[in-house]
Amino acid sequence: MAAIVCAAILLLIMTVMLIEAWPALSSRHLTAFIFDKIWYPLEGQFGMLSMLVASLMVMVIAVLLATPIGIICAIFIVYIAPARIQKIYRFAIALLAGMPSVVLGLWGLTVLVPLVNHWSPPGMSVMLAGIVLSVMILPTVTLTSVAAFKSLSGALQQAASALGIRQHVQILKVFMPAASGAIMSGVLLAMARALGETMVVLMVAGNVVQFPTGLFEPVRTLTANIALEMAYATDLHRATLFVSGLLLTSLVLAMMSLASKIKSHNNG
Amino acid sequence: MAERLFQLSIWLVALLVLLILLWLVQGLLDQGLAKLSFEFLFSHPQNAGRDGGILSILVATLLILAVTLVVALPLGLASAVWLAEFTTTNNVWARKVRLALDVMAGVPSIVFGLFGYAFFSIFMGMGFSILSGGLTLACMILPVFIRTCEIGLRDANDSWRQGAAALGMPKIKAVWYILLPAALPAISAGLILGIGRSTAETAALIFTSGYVDRMPESLMDSGRALSVHIYDLSMNVTGGDAAAQASALILLMVIILLNMLAFAVTDLWLGRSVIND
Repeated sequence: MAAIVCAAILLLIMTVMLIEAWPALSSRHLTAFIFDKIWYPLEGQFGMLSMLVASLMVMVIAVLLATPIGIICAIFIVYIAPARIQKIYRFAIALLAGMPSVVLGLWGLTVLVPLVNHWSPPGMSVMLAGIVLSVMILPTVTLTSVAAFKSLSGALQQAASALGIRQHVQILKVFMPAASGAIMSGVLLAMARALGETMVVLMVAGNVVQFPTGLFEPVRTLTANIALEMAYATDLHRATLFVSGLLLTSLVLAMMSLASKIKSHNNG
Repeated sequence: MAERLFQLSIWLVALLVLLILLWLVQGLLDQGLAKLSFEFLFSHPQNAGRDGGILSILVATLLILAVTLVVALPLGLASAVWLAEFTTTNNVWARKVRLALDVMAGVPSIVFGLFGYAFFSIFMGMGFSILSGGLTLACMILPVFIRTCEIGLRDANDSWRQGAAALGMPKIKAVWYILLPAALPAISAGLILGIGRSTAETAALIFTSGYVDRMPESLMDSGRALSVHIYDLSMNVTGGDAAAQASALILLMVIILLNMLAFAVTDLWLGRSVIND
């Protein structure tokens, strides 16, 4: 009974989102949301492409940074660190995983933005948002990779040692390929988190609606746009914000389902 | 040689990540520490939060959390019990519910904010209120909470189920007296995780529980959560950085405490399952 209620919540969420988005969805062609030239809601221009591109760019930067570093941290935890340090390190990663995004945003805003501002004003930029986001999603990559390495069969490890392969070759040529599927699915989860994140990008990306022409240009992402404009949006503008929410949700869900597909494919 | 180089570079990267974490904490201590005091905790915010403390903010945060838990705890536990004990793994309905929960776990928090705003605040007429914020957060944490509890229940040793059945205990009693207590560490770990996510959440609260920093008088009042306070101080209040960092330190301490609790509980749980084997 209770479980049905929980599942019904999802239906409720989707229904509410669709109802709220309907005025926008029904009045114009879907492609208009992407191909209207600019986002100028007060004059009925609802082109989301620049914000979509900004969202994706920030996400890509974050993932490119977090993936190698996150995997290396996992290798450190599983294969390199002495038992005691391992425990402390795991705690540090767990702490980073639980770090409120608003605190990361605050750190970016008060510490990193002034720093970048010295040589590339205004400081708030695609790049910086990507960097701070990479700190946020790094634990996701690390923790899923740790789980992936730990689930490798002991026989694999014994066989590799028995062949007298040196440790770094074992890790790079045996364990990494064997765990690659599960690691990949963790990276996709991290991507989904980065795309759906609001606070960090709202605080450090600069919130200027424009196509990013360089890495140090300020941009506004889809999530930040919702947070900024929901307070005063009415009618079609408001409905369009719900459309962007639906767009975000479907992108995030697509990544997550791909992640679980890879994982189950790997296990099966 | 290559071996040494490999190990060295991994140590270096691991150290780098640790340094970033320390840098982050140091960045908050920079201005925040001077501001931190008992007075800060126990006085009301003044001058848009630049001066004074965060008492009303803490009260609002706790009230939002209370609403979240009162709703999510019974609903989540009941769902987990149903999924783990009253259905087989391949039951059609159970699979549908699990799929729905997985999807829900993936919905971005700002979308929960949109939903909460449209449904609880506007449609149900709750306005910007603690109730609306708490309910929105409850929807958000339910999927992960249910999943953790379900796994905890499934991990309980089968011989206990058989023992209870052999004694002729009704299933619901077996769940209540034997299986739920057995799964308690998992349930508490899930609960702590949920509390952590709720206190850390900002985006879902901005348009549901709102911005008002007065002392809330009822659940229908708007109340500003600690995370929203940090956001507002840093983005909309010039000269609010010190207070924002001090609030962030408080939030961070809560999160660290919750993390340590979760670690201790999980250790307990792992220790247990070894004995049970």
